[in-house]
Amino acid sequence: MAEKVLMKGNEAIAEAAIMAGCRHYFGYPITPQTEIAAYMAKRMPKIGGTFLQAESEIAAINMVYGVSSAGKRVMTSSSSPGISLKGEGISYLAGTDLPAVIVNAQRGGPGLGGIQPSQSDYFQATRGGGHGDYHIIVLAPSSVQEMAELTIKAFELADEYLMPAMVLADGTTGQMMEPVSFDFEIKEPPAKPWATTGTKCQRPHNIANSLYLDPEKLERINNVRFARYEVIKDKEQRAEEYLTEDADIVVAAFGISARIAKNAVDAACAKGIKAGLIRPITLWPFPDKAFKKAAEHAKRFISVELSMGQMIEDVRLATECKVPVELCYRVGGMIPSPQQVLEAIEKAAKEVK
Amino acid sequence: MAVVFERPKALLDVPFHYCPGCTHGIVHRLVAEAIDELGIEGRTVGIAPVGCSVMAYDYFACDMIEAAHGRAPAVATGVKRSDPDNLIVFTYQGDGDLASIGTAETVHAAARNENITIIFINNAIYGMTGGQMAPTSLPGQVTQTSPYGRDPKACGYPVKICEMLAQLEGPEYLERVTVNSVAHVRAAKKAIKKAFQNQIDGKGFSLIEVLSSCPTNWGMTPKKAMEWIDEKMIPYYPLGVYKDRSAGIGPGLGGKEDK
Repeated sequence: MAEKVLMKGNEAIAEAAIMAGCRHYFGYPITPQTEIAAYMAKRMPKIGGTFLQAESEIAAINMVYGVSSAGKRVMTSSSSPGISLKGEGISYLAGTDLPAVIVNAQRGGPGLGGIQPSQSDYFQATRGGGHGDYHIIVLAPSSVQEMAELTIKAFELADEYLMPAMVLADGTTGQMMEPVSFDFEIKEPPAKPWATTGTKCQRPHNIANSLYLDPEKLERINNVRFARYEVIKDKEQRAEEYLTEDADIVVAAFGISARIAKNAVDAACAKGIKAGLIRPITLWPFPDKAFKKAAEHAKRFISVELSMGQMIEDVRLATECKVPVELCYRVGGMIPSPQQVLEAIEKAAKEVK
Repeated sequence: MAVVFERPKALLDVPFHYCPGCTHGIVHRLVAEAIDELGIEGRTVGIAPVGCSVMAYDYFACDMIEAAHGRAPAVATGVKRSDPDNLIVFTYQGDGDLASIGTAETVHAAARNENITIIFINNAIYGMTGGQMAPTSLPGQVTQTSPYGRDPKACGYPVKICEMLAQLEGPEYLERVTVNSVAHVRAAKKAIKKAFQNQIDGKGFSLIEVLSSCPTNWGMTPKKAMEWIDEKMIPYYPLGVYKDRSAGIGPGLGGKEDK
């Protein structure tokens, strides 16, 4: 068995990025993700990489755009208010079909909000976050091990589908320490013949661009991009299904919420309630298939979120509102206790009897 | 028959979309000539801005990137850092792009002495959107959004980029030129070529500010626009070298500009 090291979630992301071949990182200080920048500042110079503290989140994401245009793996990270600032650049990356990895260690909002954990950037992440019709791949780690694993996955998916991929973590998963194994097999990045690496006067020039003044062409390019999204929706949905086979009450939760929800599901099962958990690992594409399957027998869904109810909308869409969906939540940096979730499950179980 | 004048190889054989009398065409040509003469086309990446020169990516034969409004210096930083020993990276930006929405990116790329070349087109107006007040519009200048003339009491004073950046320790080379006469075009060419040569030599951040014309939005004939540069712009934006670290010119460097 591979050796495990005790690490903070944010550091695991940084190390995993380096393992994935990322040699360029641009960031701007913001709590609660600054460990990523600190880790990169220490490591990158020693491995011939680039760490640069940008003058702003806007500059950081545009530096990412530059490196990605030139065909190299590149990452930036921030927390909620900073991700809003990166929104412009993320839209440009999507519009130019460029791969990049963006980490969001979410904190409470809106506005400056707080610095405690949150999942209230779900809409922003899964709907793209900037202007225009587009999506980004959104991965939601629930452990430090997954912080590492899904960071590597984010690089691979971004390169495969030529689009930004986000690791949507939160203040808890970023700060907590757990044993993590880095026993990963890293695939070679694909060739990038489109990259602006200099023509060497041997090929026509490459252009990285998202401007199409001809509306017919812009429409066509949007359609082509969305056809690619359909492939992703078909092939890349990932979710953990826990005790869902014959569950009456199915809890939906991702990231740190899923850890809490799982405890509550176990406690409910011990009390004789047929409860299960679907933990979306990909938030975009949303794991519709797992929810559709569960909706065939479930009598009630409960979406457990650190938000005022955002993922709940996708649960309703995935289940086509065939089964009632309730919300169990805390916000502002507060976290529900397993007891709160258990009570929600018990209440639902009583109602569906 | 001897060829005495031809299109630089670094420019593609496509017609410019620029208005008659606009100086973008001249400056594009000077950049392309510099790239040709230095033999760097195959390893050059250009960054186009948002503004009239947004489609510069269709004109230059080297690899090109279209950046978000004002972000070209940050994009250029990323490209340069991706392959610093090989790539030559330039941005081509207007005044709204570089001196308004992208001021932070400009200042910090200069402060880092990022080893890139910036061609800054200052024509004192937003051209592409139809002639609004720019950060560099002159006091009293009538534009669509300063219809009674730019009033410094209400909207402040023009941003003098070369003067401002010269105060920073970072940048290597800052020069303001214009292209409204043959002599000025020659001087501009020399400055632009030097800005690329500095990058090849690893000296760092070079910015060439080119006082340019916009007859369409200034509401002038091309000829009158060229005269307006002499009469109005140069007195406000004096031509010259504002910093040349290697030559000891600039604030704190003890050269002739350091009084």
